[in-house]
Amino acid sequence: MATKKFMYLNRKAPYGTVYALESLEVVLIGAAFEQDVSLAFIGDGVYQLVKGQKTDGIGMKNFSPTFAALGDYEVNKIYVEKESLEERGLTLEDLQHLVWEDEDDDYAEKDSIRLVNRSELADVLDDQDIVLSF
Amino acid sequence: MSTLHTVNKSPFETNVLEICISLAKSGSTVLLYEDGVYAATEGTRAAVAIKNANGISFCVLGPDLQARGIEGKLANDIKVVDYDGFVDLVAGHDTIQAWL
Repeated sequence: MATKKFMYLNRKAPYGTVYALESLEVVLIGAAFEQDVSLAFIGDGVYQLVKGQKTDGIGMKNFSPTFAALGDYEVNKIYVEKESLEERGLTLEDLQHLVWEDEDDDYAEKDSIRLVNRSELADVLDDQDIVLSF
Repeated sequence: MSTLHTVNKSPFETNVLEICISLAKSGSTVLLYEDGVYAATEGTRAAVAIKNANGISFCVLGPDLQARGIEGKLANDIKVVDYDGFVDLVAGHDTIQAWL
């Protein structure tokens, strides 16, 4: 089976709607099919990656720890749009530190998050075979 | 007549907070909850709009801030309330306007 480039584009904040959780579920299912998977977080989607989420008080599942598992599924291209962070008063320091282990480099731990500006992200999107927007 | 306005949408997704602020009378209170709490964070345009809204009190629901990991980013002059505080706000105003 030919490998295709799948992009999951995340635009929604984590708990106000079910989109963020649904996207993550689809990514995990898709990862089992050994496709070339990327994720991008733009707009309110960047809020999904904010570290220190504690949902006990609202009675909802905190799914943010799942992002840390994506590296084990060889999902290690996670694009975050710089402009979206800035508009929200956020920096990379406010986000989870997501890493993956590179088998071809003696299992060296490498960063999964790639900070890109809007025009760089446009090029990344242009390079995909399939874009799924959540 | 004092009114409690409630806003539960992200300020980046809709302009409902802006409209709420422009129509709220002096002496009223705006409670931010669910995705509305993002407006209460420093470094956003919404936080500036809140700062400039004279005569209106702003509250934010603490459990929604904590769920989103942003309680450390709270802008000044916004009071954090819990669910009991939400009830007190409802009981303490004459009318409620829920902006959707």
